[in-house]
Amino acid sequence: MKFGILINEGPFTHQASDTAYHFTKAALAAGHDVPRVFFYYDGVNNANKFSAPQADDRNLIKLWGALAAEKNVDLVVCVAAGLRRGITDGTLADGFRISGLGQLVEAGMGCDRLMMFGD
Amino acid sequence: MAEYQFDTEGVKKTFTFMNRKAPYGTVYALEVLETVLISAAFEQHANIVFADDGVYQLKSGHDTTEINMKNFSPTFGIIEMEKEDADEDDDIDMVWRIIVEKESMEARGLTEDDFKVEVEVLSAAELAELIDSSDCVISG
Repeated sequence: MKFGILINEGPFTHQASDTAYHFTKAALAAGHDVPRVFFYYDGVNNANKFSAPQADDRNLIKLWGALAAEKNVDLVVCVAAGLRRGITDGTLADGFRISGLGQLVEAGMGCDRLMMFGD
Repeated sequence: MAEYQFDTEGVKKTFTFMNRKAPYGTVYALEVLETVLISAAFEQHANIVFADDGVYQLKSGHDTTEINMKNFSPTFGIIEMEKEDADEDDDIDMVWRIIVEKESMEARGLTEDDFKVEVEVLSAAELAELIDSSDCVISG
């Protein structure tokens, strides 16, 4: 099955992005496709390369980037939501790209399921 | 960073947008509307649903001057226009519905007359069926 993922929360205040990450890994491991993850609302903060969690905590920004590189997952950050929160090409972490909301609608149209994580 | 190319040629799906939050206090209400408007460019069917405190989003007469927040309620006029265009133009294969959950509306002492756009009122049970029949549910 082809899953699109929508992440609505940042990497720390909520656990939503962690859950989405684990879901994505599990889905890929079970042989499903996850062609695109879309970051919206505060979810765009998952792409902030300047985020520096403490050493004994997970770094979800790097985990997403590594998963994208390994499994060829398209990580898309909403341009409008990102601009409001200071996520631009200068702050964007490796593995992510910035594009428009149309990429979310396309993921909904092109995937068998669109899974939403967050409030 | 490889951009994935979806084959969406001829794809027609039903998106249900669940607006469950008060218009101000969090940004969800404002940002979900941006998604609703973008979906029009793809001519997808849309159920734009207001439930829980989300019903307040549609109330007429928002004045945000004192809280210094952007008043986004004019956006609902644009959504209503998109819906009317889709209803009236035979060349546009797109059905948009603006729906309010009855129980949420009544629990807050509101009636259809309080809203700035024309709405369909559905019970929670009817709404559950609508969600079940949708292809994509996006909430905010």
